[in-house]
Amino acid sequence: MLTPMMERILPRVQKPARYVGGEYNQIVKEDAEVQVAFCFPDTYEIGMSNIGMRILYGVMNRMPRVWCQRVFAPWGDMEAELRARNIPLWALESHRPVKDFDLIAFTIGYEMSYANVLNMLNLAQVPLHAAERTGLKNIVFAGGACMYNPEPLADFIDFFSLGEGEESTVEILELYAAAKAGGWEKERFLLAVSKIEGVYVPSLYDHAYHEDGTLRAITPKDGAPAVVTKRIVHDLDQAFYPVHDLVPSTEIVHDRCNLELFRGCIRGCRFCQAGFTYRPVRRRRADVLTAQAEEVLSNSGSHEITLSSLSTSDYKELGPLTDRLLDYCNPRKINLSLPSLRADNFSRELMMKVQKVRKSGLTFAPEAGTQRLRDAINKNVTEAEILETCAVAFEGGWSSVKLYFMLGLPTETDEDVLGIADLVYKILQTWRAKATNRKRGCKISVATAYFVPKPFTPFQWEAQIPPEEYTRRQRLLKEHLYAKSVDYKWHAPDLSRLEAVLARGDRRLGAVLEQAVQNGARLDAWDEYFRYDLWLDAFQRCGIDPSFYTRAIGKDELLPWQTISASVDRDFLWSERERAYRSEITPDCRAACSGCGANKLNREDVCDA
Amino acid sequence: MLRMLFEKSGNGIWISHLDLMRVFQRAFRRAGLQVRHTEGFNPHAYVSIALPLSVGTSSECEILEFELDGPDDSLDSLPERLNLVLPAGVRCLEAYRGQKNLKELAWLRVETVLEYDNGLPDGLSAALTALFAQETLVVEKKSKSGLTQIDIIPMLHSLEVRIAGEQRVILEAVVQAQNPPLNPDLLVKAIGTYLPKYAPDFAKSRRLALYDENFNVFR
Repeated sequence: MLTPMMERILPRVQKPARYVGGEYNQIVKEDAEVQVAFCFPDTYEIGMSNIGMRILYGVMNRMPRVWCQRVFAPWGDMEAELRARNIPLWALESHRPVKDFDLIAFTIGYEMSYANVLNMLNLAQVPLHAAERTGLKNIVFAGGACMYNPEPLADFIDFFSLGEGEESTVEILELYAAAKAGGWEKERFLLAVSKIEGVYVPSLYDHAYHEDGTLRAITPKDGAPAVVTKRIVHDLDQAFYPVHDLVPSTEIVHDRCNLELFRGCIRGCRFCQAGFTYRPVRRRRADVLTAQAEEVLSNSGSHEITLSSLSTSDYKELGPLTDRLLDYCNPRKINLSLPSLRADNFSRELMMKVQKVRKSGLTFAPEAGTQRLRDAINKNVTEAEILETCAVAFEGGWSSVKLYFMLGLPTETDEDVLGIADLVYKILQTWRAKATNRKRGCKISVATAYFVPKPFTPFQWEAQIPPEEYTRRQRLLKEHLYAKSVDYKWHAPDLSRLEAVLARGDRRLGAVLEQAVQNGARLDAWDEYFRYDLWLDAFQRCGIDPSFYTRAIGKDELLPWQTISASVDRDFLWSERERAYRSEITPDCRAACSGCGANKLNREDVCDA
Repeated sequence: MLRMLFEKSGNGIWISHLDLMRVFQRAFRRAGLQVRHTEGFNPHAYVSIALPLSVGTSSECEILEFELDGPDDSLDSLPERLNLVLPAGVRCLEAYRGQKNLKELAWLRVETVLEYDNGLPDGLSAALTALFAQETLVVEKKSKSGLTQIDIIPMLHSLEVRIAGEQRVILEAVVQAQNPPLNPDLLVKAIGTYLPKYAPDFAKSRRLALYDENFNVFR
């Protein structure tokens, strides 16, 4: 129940439905032995849109002895109310304080939510440092897409669960239940949990540094494994899928059901962390997907379902699958949406078939402006494919196109930057030649991001170009995008700079994070809240130069994330980097195995979708 | 048009007007009922809720208007079917075919609970009664075009002050339902404006009944 105090603050904040729970299909298990507060370090609208969180909510609550409840980062107005009245952060299902829970779990998908992790622990009135939490209660663990280099959070999180959590989370919670029943010390539990495959306990590793600040040695203690390899689910057809999905009572960002066609990606774009860390590619059968779709749609009453994966068009049975889904969806007025389509012929037909009614815009992510640079990053989309898709779409009445690029990719020159403008004009010419609906005009939206090198990619050793250079290239492009129908938006450099620092950070950044949060940093992914000055002040006070973390890293340097294996061999990543500098593409996994090493985790003979 | 009388309580009171229409649309689908949609480019469902209720206000008498594809011979069992698939705090009471036009909805019975953490101030009941018995009572109201001054007395049919324990007073009022509606929050605002020492620490309202212009219960 809401306390009278909660009841009083709710009318004072925006969208109070975010803080009370009670949604359809919420799970309540009052008598559970193990209580997990499952935290998402961003707002309800973002967190409830995360399929990983929904899967693990179901996985944990399927365990008879466990009750997993949700916690999200409050918006600034709610945070102010909580702090003013000294109300600890609560979990949505029971409205009980997070500090009363056995385990506090975080799923972290983005570096810019690190401040929220600390801020939420702080709002929960839980000691921030793992070392200050001495008992078995309030064990904090974390997993998620960006936890392959968890070092910046090493001071605060007791252990990390790497890779896909469907199976390892169950093992962790079973161990915890035994530890709680047996009255274990925290140290004993941490040692035991470090023996679970895919679990990384940072306090069991000493990191030593050279005088120049680079890492000298990582020393495992107490028999901790030298390498921790991420976990995967081997059989997606058997894996848990939340058919009794929570249905929010208030609008969220992705307000629809989500079908996961496959995990991993056959493409291997060299900048893309997910493309490597989600390997090996594993598919779910079309008949399993169809059954899941019908079940989740009838259980949730949702008006829309989306097919999600890193590259939807690569799913071999996509044609038959969409036919079957449309047979179910059309008479029920349910929308089927297909993001992540490639600009090839097959996808064009599919797009026409699916979007019979609504003519939403076309979206492409060529990432780079010239074929040379697209080859260097292994983004195998050609100008001809883009123009052909645009031509078909313009003939079919579409009139708006969105294009996403990155600036600052390794080997990029001004010629590549201007190549973006060139491609945009070719699209505009295509519209002039092909448009059937000229009155509406053409709208081309161009957006450029500032390239962030990420761990576990072939570009993990690359420097991020300095912010001044990024701004110069961005202005150069702006000068060449002068047509009225082109709307150019670019990312401000500060956020991506910080993202780059945290992405390849080591555990010395823990102090910076703590200081930044003390300075007031939170909700950094939101323009309304991001304040770079708070972070710069934190770096300065901690005596840490952020540019140390955006420099080029030597081939033989010890990497802070070297204890962790995302299953792709380091030598393979380096060879991919060398191919990038030669602008050589690598065939996709379907055409030929490039020997990345991830297949060693796979139980199938081939990695394919 | 079909109508559903429903109540909003508990966690349900935090669901906004727009969100609640979406909640109902999904509940219909979960119950296996197809809501009628508009034809055309961007079909939308025939679902609407009369008299938007402020977030945080509970109600015993909300009206949902909707249309279904197919026969509606199952009206009697409809509330039960929907209640099985609605979130906590939204509960259907009765489904029926609407007779009167919603424009005939003229008055609302509402109660507003005023909470005084340090006990009821002396003379509270008399002061409140006198305040709302004035000829005019001008209160500042936030509207889309900024702040405006409105006299709430013409929109207030009757008001009774009731002591409900050592820290609570209840205002039970009959207020104008629409064109324009009188939000019970403005009653509290009036106390804060004209009787600041009687301003409550917290106030919450509840809708109790809907009436037509002759004060007959509206369905």
